[in-house]
Amino acid sequence: MRFVDEYRDADTARALAARITALCEPGRAYKFMEVCGGHTHTIYKHGLEDYLPQAVTLVHGPGCPVCVIPMGRVDDAIHIASQPDVIMTSFGDMMRVPGGTGSFLDAKARGADIRMVYSPLDALKIAKQNPSKRVVFMAIGFETTAPSTAMTVLRAKADGVDNFSVFCNHVTIIPAIKAILDSPDLRLDGFIGPGHVSTVIGCRPYRFIARDYRKPIVVAGFEPLDILQSVHQLLTQLAQDRCEVENQYARVVPWDGNPKALAAISEVMELRPHFEWRGLGFISQSALRMSAAYARHDAERIFRIPGGRVADPTSCQCGEVLKGVLKPWECKVFGTACTPETPIGTCMVSSEGACAAYYNFGRFSRERVKEATRQ
Amino acid sequence: MCLGIPGEIVEILNDHPDLAMVAVSGVRRAINIGLLENETVAPGDWILIHVGFALSKIDETEAKAALDFLESIGQAYDDEIAALRESMIEQG
Repeated sequence: MRFVDEYRDADTARALAARITALCEPGRAYKFMEVCGGHTHTIYKHGLEDYLPQAVTLVHGPGCPVCVIPMGRVDDAIHIASQPDVIMTSFGDMMRVPGGTGSFLDAKARGADIRMVYSPLDALKIAKQNPSKRVVFMAIGFETTAPSTAMTVLRAKADGVDNFSVFCNHVTIIPAIKAILDSPDLRLDGFIGPGHVSTVIGCRPYRFIARDYRKPIVVAGFEPLDILQSVHQLLTQLAQDRCEVENQYARVVPWDGNPKALAAISEVMELRPHFEWRGLGFISQSALRMSAAYARHDAERIFRIPGGRVADPTSCQCGEVLKGVLKPWECKVFGTACTPETPIGTCMVSSEGACAAYYNFGRFSRERVKEATRQ
Repeated sequence: MCLGIPGEIVEILNDHPDLAMVAVSGVRRAINIGLLENETVAPGDWILIHVGFALSKIDETEAKAALDFLESIGQAYDDEIAALRESMIEQG
């Protein structure tokens, strides 16, 4: 109960928890999935699972874009980085993600010019400063970062920066949620919707979850009270036999999202027929590639991409963790062979991954673990 | 990387209408404001920033709440600020 002791709005939280407990039907268990790494952080940091009634379980979905990049794509990026006159750039989170032939950091140690950037605009600046080099930005992320990549490509085109290209690995959240709903592995009672992705896509794209799958979804903010409030809203809907899209984070998320950001994405990118997700396999129309009009800035058209598939190490259970089938601590290498210092799987590499968040905060009660193991 | 971080607009760069100088946890950097839909921003306004771009305008209370959250998660936010410190988004 550390949450209650530490949190500044402890009284409000206590009252909410009591209302949540009162809404639970006796004898019924509820499983809600959150699909945002930020939410996973809040849940572990504040020990929210200890705080919720035992009938309510929160499971963590594929909300970390670094974690869902398959090893083969990392190898493809390293292959590009190893070509003559290439400067590869990406976010810091990508640096330690292992491919079949090591990580960006390993490739850098072997002599590849790989640089960490904060923004794709930084990569564009490197391209302007190095006109004799081919500067590639390895783009990753959901709809939160895709508009930034798109805007940067538009700027590159406007400024005639022809030595700048994008190795596009942007993924879209809706097909991943649909894949999880269609998976027989997991029975869910509702979703805590991602906060920042929804800033861009809005709330409308989630309507199929309520309409076709009869599950409630509540788009949530990042504070502990936001999460508790969202759980309360989900349980209220279930108690009233409703399935709707609700927006708990309306103070930031507009119902229609950010049309300008969506327009930038559709100008520069198009849906891929299919894309491999780590743990989830191939999902139709679940990722973005550069459209033909921007071929000049598309690394996949400029370079020969090996496109090999690499199986995850057999000891690694990231796939099950990403689907919410296993809790991080239920993975057989969690905290022993796989730690943030020597990660085996992506969920431990990225600070937004469920395993790293869990490992770093270590806020679980033994009772809860025992209970989870029994299920 | 996918953390949204709040920043306060310090200065609108008149020569570069897409950019504003923004203060984020004591770091001052140029941020692209080209994705803010029909919203005017002025010094003192707060925005939510993703990888160098403002995705939404927020009020001061929300900015404070977002900062509390980010500070609570520790390393991931420290890494984001360290990366921002290295950022060199050009004013042109």
